[in-house]
Amino acid sequence: MSTNEQKRLSQEITPKAVFERRRDLIKHAAAGAFGLALAPWFSREALASNAQKLIATPNPNFVLKEESTSYQYVTGYNNFYEFGTDKSDPAANAHSLQTRPWTVSIEGLVKKPMTLDIDALLKLAPMEERIYRMRCVEGWSMVIPWDGYSLSKLLNQVQPLGSAKYVEFITLADRKQMPGLKSQIIDWPYREGLRLDEAMNPLTLLTFGLYGETLPKQNGAPVRIVVPWKYGFKSAKSIVKIRLTEEMPKTSWSQFDAREYGFYSNVNPLVDHPRWSQATERRIGDSKGGFAPKIKTQMFNGYGDQVASMYAGMDLKKFY
Amino acid sequence: MKLLIFLLALLPLDRLIWLGFTDGLGANPIEFITRSTGTWALVFLCLTLAMTPLRLLTNSTTWIRHRRMLGLFSFFYASLHFAIWLWLDQDFDLIEMLKDVVKRPFITMGFISLVLLFPLALTSTHSAQRKLGRRWAHLHRLIYLIACTAILHYWWHKAGKNDLDTVTIYAVVLLLLLCCRIPYIRKLLGKRSTI
Repeated sequence: MSTNEQKRLSQEITPKAVFERRRDLIKHAAAGAFGLALAPWFSREALASNAQKLIATPNPNFVLKEESTSYQYVTGYNNFYEFGTDKSDPAANAHSLQTRPWTVSIEGLVKKPMTLDIDALLKLAPMEERIYRMRCVEGWSMVIPWDGYSLSKLLNQVQPLGSAKYVEFITLADRKQMPGLKSQIIDWPYREGLRLDEAMNPLTLLTFGLYGETLPKQNGAPVRIVVPWKYGFKSAKSIVKIRLTEEMPKTSWSQFDAREYGFYSNVNPLVDHPRWSQATERRIGDSKGGFAPKIKTQMFNGYGDQVASMYAGMDLKKFY
Repeated sequence: MKLLIFLLALLPLDRLIWLGFTDGLGANPIEFITRSTGTWALVFLCLTLAMTPLRLLTNSTTWIRHRRMLGLFSFFYASLHFAIWLWLDQDFDLIEMLKDVVKRPFITMGFISLVLLFPLALTSTHSAQRKLGRRWAHLHRLIYLIACTAILHYWWHKAGKNDLDTVTIYAVVLLLLLCCRIPYIRKLLGKRSTI
């Protein structure tokens, strides 16, 4: 067996093995093997995730030496303010999200505007598994095996017009499904945006699953984007509308505080957040243990080879 | 009674140690411990400041007898809070730490709170009280300023993500407790108890 084949094989095994282990874990936990206190938490997690298997082919270009973050942490420690501001809130509250029927409309400066339902989107291009680093602006990070395909595949279908410069992502905002909307933290719906070339970059992933299953609700089911070289909040969850525009879209966190959250928000160890340094990050579930020292944050989260050219000549301190 | 309060006040620490050994600190243990110790420092600060109003309301001095221990526990949890940050966020790099203190207002406020708690903790003994006489009471009024810097530290930390629900509750509680120090309101509280 060639090393390449071995690599491929081990990738195919790992998530599946992890997945099987996790299923056991949930079963045991729900049965109270970890003590009663944890059982509801786990069964809630099992409830909130509406897992169905997704058939995805591992993409050998996106494999990491770093260990993937456990499913439990990936699905149990999130920011998704529509379900509450605490990291454990999304897993606890997202079960009320209705992920079917679901449509995404792509409109604005495109030749062929369309509205696609989730099944059409799932079939639009071959599903890949890509293991990406995820760096949150708050200074923590994970490694997550996502399932999806390049957003460019969808954008090519609608054919952006020459005047289109930006892509805006509008996410679901429904008070009935999302208890977090009661608080006026963000001017709902949550909006994000990318420059068109960023959106067309092959790294930008239209994402439907993780760990070989459909996205758990707390992770932005049924469809989200993942932009691995930018801080996590740029990767909008539970998307209902994609608009191509000429003007830079107003994005939620920038509108809230433009000084703290810029439009670009590229991962950059040299540009501090006003309230903390971004030079290091804490890897969630670090194999060295909970008190492991922080790790150095990489420029563009380690994806410089694929994305740095898009920012040639730009002052990244100014366009943070 | 003193022993009971002492043991109760150690419960938050016991809980952290217990969770640490049973893998119960969640995905981000450092954040959990930092937040927990910060919260308890604030809770004990509120309790410390609640003793005088309670004395006025109940016309009993029992409360004041426990005030020192509560204040010292506030200092204890604040020191843990700071030590964890210095160790795990700053890696004991004092220069980097001071840079952060100067550069970031929310850290400035936290740091000021801790620095101001030191003289109060050091002069919390009976002998210090006797030595300082009237100046002791003046010195210990610093706690009112500390209440302000501590809540600002928390407020500015949370303002970054506009997550102000919890900190608002603490701010209101502290504001009420500080209002009890206004002479007119102080009189009212004292009067009520004699009726």
